Amino acid sequence: MLWRAVVICLLTALPLRAEQVVAGLSQTRVSITTNFAGSEILIFGAVKRDAPLPADTSLNVVVTVAGPLAPVTVRRKGKRFGIWINTDAVEIDAAPSFYAVATTAPLTEVLSDTEDLRHKVSIPRAIRAIGAAEQSPEAARFTEALIRIRQEKGLYQVLPGAVELSEQTLFRTSIALPANLTEGDYTTRIFLTRAGAVVDAYETHIGVRKVGLERWIYSLAHEQPLIYGILSLVLAIAAGWGASAVFRLMRG
Amino acid sequence: MQIYLPIAEVSVNAFVLLGLGGLVGILSGMFGVGGGFLMTPLLFFVGIPPAVAVATQANQIVASSYSGLLAHVRRKTVDFRMGTVLMIGGLIGAGLGVLLFNALKQMGQVDLLVKLCYVLFLGVIGALMLVESLRAIRRTRRGGTVPRRRQRSWVHALPFKMKFRTSGLYISVLPPLVVGAAVGVLAAVMGVGGGFIMLPAMIYILGMPTKVVVGTSLFQIIFVTGFTTLLHAMTNYTVDMALALLLLIGGVVGAQVGTRIGMRMKAEQLRILLSLMVLVVCGKIALELLIKPAELYSLAGGAN
Repeated sequence: MLWRAVVICLLTALPLRAEQVVAGLSQTRVSITTNFAGSEILIFGAVKRDAPLPADTSLNVVVTVAGPLAPVTVRRKGKRFGIWINTDAVEIDAAPSFYAVATTAPLTEVLSDTEDLRHKVSIPRAIRAIGAAEQSPEAARFTEALIRIRQEKGLYQVLPGAVELSEQTLFRTSIALPANLTEGDYTTRIFLTRAGAVVDAYETHIGVRKVGLERWIYSLAHEQPLIYGILSLVLAIAAGWGASAVFRLMRG
Repeated sequence: MQIYLPIAEVSVNAFVLLGLGGLVGILSGMFGVGGGFLMTPLLFFVGIPPAVAVATQANQIVASSYSGLLAHVRRKTVDFRMGTVLMIGGLIGAGLGVLLFNALKQMGQVDLLVKLCYVLFLGVIGALMLVESLRAIRRTRRGGTVPRRRQRSWVHALPFKMKFRTSGLYISVLPPLVVGAAVGVLAAVMGVGGGFIMLPAMIYILGMPTKVVVGTSLFQIIFVTGFTTLLHAMTNYTVDMALALLLLIGGVVGAQVGTRIGMRMKAEQLRILLSLMVLVVCGKIALELLIKPAELYSLAGGAN
């Protein structure tokens, strides 16, 4: 029984593994330093083949980079008593703080809807908004607004044609990480697709971390808030006294 | 030079922040106000999240007020006893203000509250100041003397009287407590020192002599904004030390420049300029509330 299962698995797995991703990243760590102004990540690789190149369909590559997931509240303004105030809100369960999807051709051409649903590749699928529909009949508009606002800030990027694929074997793309980046593990996924179906997938992580002074200030503020607050005040008092003393010297 | 702010989690040009600090410093030096009412909207404008702007602003006011207080202590124009009473009221008010701030943040209405406070207080105070200084100018042109009024008001009829020697007052502690608490709430919610409300209240409600009001107000502002900073730091983790440092370096230099400019101008002219500026800021915020915004949706939580 077990043997038969293994054999079936091998038989079905073999055609799927006919093409495999071998990938690399220009960096697996991004350090947020005091003068951090964004970073560019180069993602490259090759397709390893055991079988001859299929002639009927063309190979496509999809690369996604996703920041850590966090709940987001989307609020909408409405006119009440003559002024514009926040009237409706929808809580979205989990949305990546950053999301980029780069492809060799428009995403709808390289990936079927079923595969998109399974692997959650396109931006609307990468956002988990299951509970949102119960909160408002117009929940979809709130999700659209979330995508629109983050696209404007460069936090969500759709990059069709940004992956260069040469000789059906070597591919490369670069993803620009903006300056207003949050900390966390950024999941990088690479999909090989043929006729809309995923042939092989590869996943790795990029660690985005604050370092040095940034790290120290951030940890202190969150772990020792009282000490941090007192330190901020001491700094302010010292600066105020210093300024007063310096200018008194200059006048005297 | 771009600098990544560790708490605000945005990257901002350091020279823009130094310049903002300097600009507000010049104005505060010229007019003798903290300048928080200008700084907070300007910080929103450069992309600092509102919660961080409000909390960090409080920290920066501590620095500029301390610098100003030292000058007043040397001139002996600080009523420490009155300052302490105002401060006790202020600390209670600040505590309530932070609670209110957090409750409204949960409801998503904190922006609205901050903006309404700005429109209301800046509008009323700007208009009063403008009318008052225009009248003063007209009076001096006519060559008349300024009428000296020192009537006994309802303030003198309240119990728990206390002697305030520096101010030459013998009044109930209740009005200073209430004034202090009201300014404390505003300090926490608006991220301002509240000098622009405290000063008129001290002169017109408490009847304090003009020469001690600035020093005494600065004395209590340090404690109230210091306490606000601590509360924001401990409950919201929104005080950005790097941001505060850049603002106050610009601010203390600007304040000295502003003081020199201020000394060359007449008091009435200064007050008219200040009131116009207050009204412009008020008008701009009011328009934001009245005109349909380009983006109706906003995000909260996570990276925003």
